[in-house]
This record gives sequence, C-alpha cells and structure tokens, in this order.
Amino acid sequence: MAARGATGGVRLHIVTGKGGTGKTTVAAALALALSGGGRQVLLTEVEGRQGIAQLFDCPPLPYEERKVAVGPDGGDVYALAVDPEAALLEYLEMYYRLGRAGKGLKRLGAVDFATTVAPGLRDVLLTGKVYEAVRRSARGTPVYDAVVMDAPPTGRIARFLNVNAEVAGLARVGPIRGQADSIMSVLRSPRTAVHLVTVLEEMPVQETIDGVAALAAIDLPVGGVVVNMVRPPLLPRAALTGAGRGTLDRADVVAGLHAAGVTAHVEKITDALLAEAAEHARRVKLERRERRALAALDRPTWELPLVTDGIDLGALYQLASHLVERGAV
Amino acid sequence: MNASTRLSIDSLLDDPATRIVVCCGAGGVGKTTTAAAIALRAAERGRRAVVLTIDPARRLAQSMGLDELDNTPRTVGGVDSAAGGRLDAMMLDMKRTFDEVVLAHADPARAREILANPFYRSVSSGFAGTQEYMAMEKLGQLRASDRWDLIVVDTPPSRSALDFLDAPARLGAFLDGRFIRVLMAPARRGGRAYVRVVSAGVGVFTNILARILGAQFLTEVQTFVAALDTMFGGFRERADATYQLLAAPGTAFLVVAAPERDALREASYFVERLAAERMPLAGLVLNRVHDIVPGGGRTPLSGDRAAAAAEALADSGGHRLVRALLVLHAERSALAARERRLAERFTAAHPKVAVGRVAARPEDVHDLLDLRAVASDLAGLS
Repeated sequence: MAARGATGGVRLHIVTGKGGTGKTTVAAALALALSGGGRQVLLTEVEGRQGIAQLFDCPPLPYEERKVAVGPDGGDVYALAVDPEAALLEYLEMYYRLGRAGKGLKRLGAVDFATTVAPGLRDVLLTGKVYEAVRRSARGTPVYDAVVMDAPPTGRIARFLNVNAEVAGLARVGPIRGQADSIMSVLRSPRTAVHLVTVLEEMPVQETIDGVAALAAIDLPVGGVVVNMVRPPLLPRAALTGAGRGTLDRADVVAGLHAAGVTAHVEKITDALLAEAAEHARRVKLERRERRALAALDRPTWELPLVTDGIDLGALYQLASHLVERGAV
Repeated sequence: MNASTRLSIDSLLDDPATRIVVCCGAGGVGKTTTAAAIALRAAERGRRAVVLTIDPARRLAQSMGLDELDNTPRTVGGVDSAAGGRLDAMMLDMKRTFDEVVLAHADPARAREILANPFYRSVSSGFAGTQEYMAMEKLGQLRASDRWDLIVVDTPPSRSALDFLDAPARLGAFLDGRFIRVLMAPARRGGRAYVRVVSAGVGVFTNILARILGAQFLTEVQTFVAALDTMFGGFRERADATYQLLAAPGTAFLVVAAPERDALREASYFVERLAAERMPLAGLVLNRVHDIVPGGGRTPLSGDRAAAAAEALADSGGHRLVRALLVLHAERSALAARERRLAERFTAAHPKVAVGRVAARPEDVHDLLDLRAVASDLAGLS
C-alpha cells in the first residue's frame, strides 16, 4: 500500500537532528505513523545507545528485529539496534562462510579494528545493514513497507551517509567498494528522504540549515524539517509587544490579581509576572525569527508540540498522529 | 527530600592547585558555553586561563575573537584584567593537531611520507575517535607548555559523554595493538611467507582483509603503522600519559546536563564512570533550569495557586492579560517543578555530587556579557 503524505514513495526515512532536539523520539513517532494502514515498518538505531528500547520501555534490543509496537489497522513496528561488530561478522559469514575463523578475527582485534578504527568502514556496515532491510523481500514483495533510521546527529550526518567518499580513500576496488556503491545509489534515489529534527532555538536551527546544505552538496535527498517541542505563545499578540517593551500596565496587573483573590505579596508577584512575560515575549520573538529562517529552506515543515510529562508509548502515538495530520505521512 | 550540596565554583577556580577543568556531558547541553563561562570567570578572578573549545556556535566564537580555526590560543579582548588574570581561547583543529604530532616527532622525510599516506589522511580527519584523541593531545600540549595556570576543556560532541574517556585509549590500543603487529609482520619480514610460518590463521585473515578492502589498502595501513612505529614510542603510551593527566591531582571534571531525563541519565553514567576510574569530579552543572525567576528569587505564588487564580478570573470574565500572565506563571512553575524532581532523583542516586545551576535564557549566549551572567548563576549569585 502506498503512503499518502508528503513522503509517499519513500521507503527509507533517515532522521537526524542536533543533540537534545528529540531525534530518537521523532524517529519512533514517524515509524508509528508509517505503520498506519496495516504497514510493516522497521525502526533502526545505529549509535549503540539503546534509545529505542528506552523509549518503548523494553529490554535492550539484541542484534535482531523485534516487534516493539502495533500500529493502527494491524500494522507493526519492528526495531533493530544495528551493531557494527555483529554486522561485520554477519557480512563475512554471508560472503565468506568463515565459521570459527570469525571468532579468531575477533580475538585478534581485527573486528574491533575494522569497526572502530578503519575510517568509514563502520558507517558502511551500519548503513549496509539498513540498506539490506530496505531491499529484503519475501516472495517478491518487500518485507518492510518502510524503514526508519535514527541516524547520527546533524553535524555528522552528511559524512555518515556519504559512505562512498568515505571508503574511496581506503578501498578502491573489492566487495566493500561494491557494497558502498549500491548503498549510495539507494540513498541518492527518491526512495530515500533525510529528515532533520530541530527546535526553535538558534544553534539547532543553524545546524539544520548547515545540514540541509551539506546533504544537498552531496546529492542526498532532503525530506522534511520536523520542528519539535513547540510551545504555543500564551500571551495575546498585543500583550507580547507590550511585555517585550516593558509597557504593560502595572496597575492593571495589580487590579487583576486582587480580582483573582491574590492579596498577599501582590507587588512582588506583579514584578515576577512582568519579568516572566518579558522573557516569554523575547522567546516568542526569537522563535518567530527561527521559524522564518527555517521557512527559507523551502522544505516541508512539520511542527510537533512539546510533551511535558515525559515521552511514553501513549505520547509517541500522539506525536505520530500529529505527523499524519500535518501531512508528513 | 534530598538536598544537594551546592557547587562552589569560585573555590574551585580560585584554588591555585586546580590546573585543569574538563567539561563533559551529552550533546546539546551547553558544554561549550559552560566551559567558556567558567574560563572567563577564572580569568577575571586573576587566573591565567585558556579555554580549549571544540565546536563553538559562530556568534560566541566571534565574540571571543575565534574567527579562524587555527589551533593557536589567542587572547580574548574585553576581559577584565584588574585581578591580574587573562583569558586565551582556542578552537581545536583535529587534523592540524594530528599533523603537528607527526611533524614534531618524525624527521622531515618520514613526516612527509606519513602526511601523504591515504590511510593517515582518513584516520586524521575521519575516524570518530580522532577528535577525542586530539582534544586529549592538545590538552597535554597546553599543560606541558606551562603558559597558563588553568586550562578549561570543552569535550567533543560525542554520541555519549563516555566517548571522551574511551576513544583515545581505543585508538591508542589499536594502533599499538596485536592486530597492527600482525598486519605489520609482512612489511617487516618482507613478505607473506613469514606470516604463513607464524600462523596459518593470520594468513587466512590477512587474505580475507585484502580481498574485502583491497590489497592496496592493507599496504597503506602497513606503511602508515611502520612509519608511526619508528616515530615515537607507541600511541598507547601517549594516550596513557594523557589519561594519567586527567586522573592527576589538579584536574577537576564538571559534568554538564540539562534538567531532562536523557541528559541526566547520561550524566549519571558519567559520574559513575569517573568514580570507577578514580577521576576527580567537582560537580554537576545543571544548565538551563527554569526555577530561577528572571530578576532573581522565588515568586511567592505557587503554580497551583496561579492556575486557580487564572480560573477564578476566567469565571468572572475580564482581566484577559492577567489571566494569561497567571497561566504563563503556572506553566513555568510546573516546568520548574518537573526539573526539580529530575534533579532530586539525580541527587538521590549521587548524594555526594555538588550541583551548580544556570538559569534558562530566552536567547543563546552570544558574548562576554552573557558568559559573565552564566558564570555568575553558577557561582550562586543570581
């Protein structure tokens, strides 16, 4: 079944974002959203943080696809924590039937070397496993309708996905090179979209803008921008201006407090309320500026509300339905 | 309720025995800002301080005079030097730091050979642990130069705060480890025949690697390691030496966290790890907390009462502005209460860790004025 929203036709969703913007949460919500309509979705993580297990409140994920949630209409979300070491051994086993020699390699430190030190190899293994999941099929139909990758942060995403260039320096020929080429062709195709998660603050927005440019520079398809943890402005527009300029009517506030039955420490409370309003106004102003900067990117932009009581499965379903309503899926 | 000890940042910075302060924590919690703020405060209290930053925001970098990434500490203008201190700042250029290590330790011909090696070029700019390793290396250099009496270090934006401690040792261990020895064997003895004699397994394995990566790559690794090996006494020793520096008296770690679940979980891991490694933890910096009201002090109106008052006004109609202000206050109080609960949980688990707090600001920290304000929060003055 085809997806409906802005990302219809995309099979591989790569989610990146600056640290602290809720990248993993958004990846999980997107996976849930994609599982609507009875679809099968795989959610993967590649940084060894076990962030998915924490979100879905389940034991640490092994190197194995496990069902973590059921979508609306009978869809399923599976999860996989891709481990470079396991991916390498799997790869060697698949192509070289190593058997016990694989363990020997591990003892010698070769697996560690290949997965940690050899530049780029680790990333090829991580993206390679996800690529394999995207392409896997049974009886002619894909096993997963969509694969979502909780990817490394915005600052590293272009380099991480540019596996071709990374291995170019080390493997000019051979199977790894071939593997990198195939991965790259899928990553650059319209079947892939890289989504960037941000919040309405200066540095995350700047990194998002830089990230979009870096991805475009290497021909990787940028999907949407997810603006996470959005708080609605609480003051009426006119009041925001007054609060920012410090021209709100103090006597009015004092009178209002009395009317509300607040009679003790009224002056002190008034000071605090006005100071908070001024700060709120500055924040709202800054958020407007950041929104404009994001709009200039001219990418589909989806806003998600701040979840104040901690992210649990229920909150993920809510965020997922926001993504569907806003046309992301 | 568990009350945490308050972090006494000034006694830490004023103590001449404090020579290195390392700011670590998960990505996006404000490590760079914290490091810069602390260094500035130290300088204005009379220390000759240098701050080593990894990836500062553009405007903050500019305000500190860090327009170019040239790996050289430069004096920051606008610092109050009345107490006799000064502040230098530098941004880490990892590739250049690596090159400098090579140039300093190899004769010119060998250095050229290494710098031109493709594998070296990948490792020096591509490997995820290189940044951590080079931050450590630079820290070692700054400390050895003895030009400053206090070095404040920001740590790279790793996926995990622990990477900073682990990556250097990891890189060192590999480049100096058993596997590399095996790889080098043919280069040393002139051919694969030797390997075959030593161990058939090793031969099988070099063959596999050669098949996967290409024989050329293996040769490049071999020449690279051989060149480095003769250059200085092993990477591991170097990594070990810097690691020792971190555990030495005079070093203090500050774990930086935002009052959020994930950041505090990461902070917990780090605190436990530092304890296990017997590394000196000065405390936790809780960044961007909301219970410090702008202008200072607590408001004598609880969030619950503010919410109730807003409802009362809604019932009677009118006073729309005051109603909105009360709702704003109620929400902020609720946020502050949530953050307090998270902080209390951290303190329950780590009762001995001193905690310093920095207020959330509506805008990013851009200049020395902002940095001073951050540091003064941390000193408990706001």
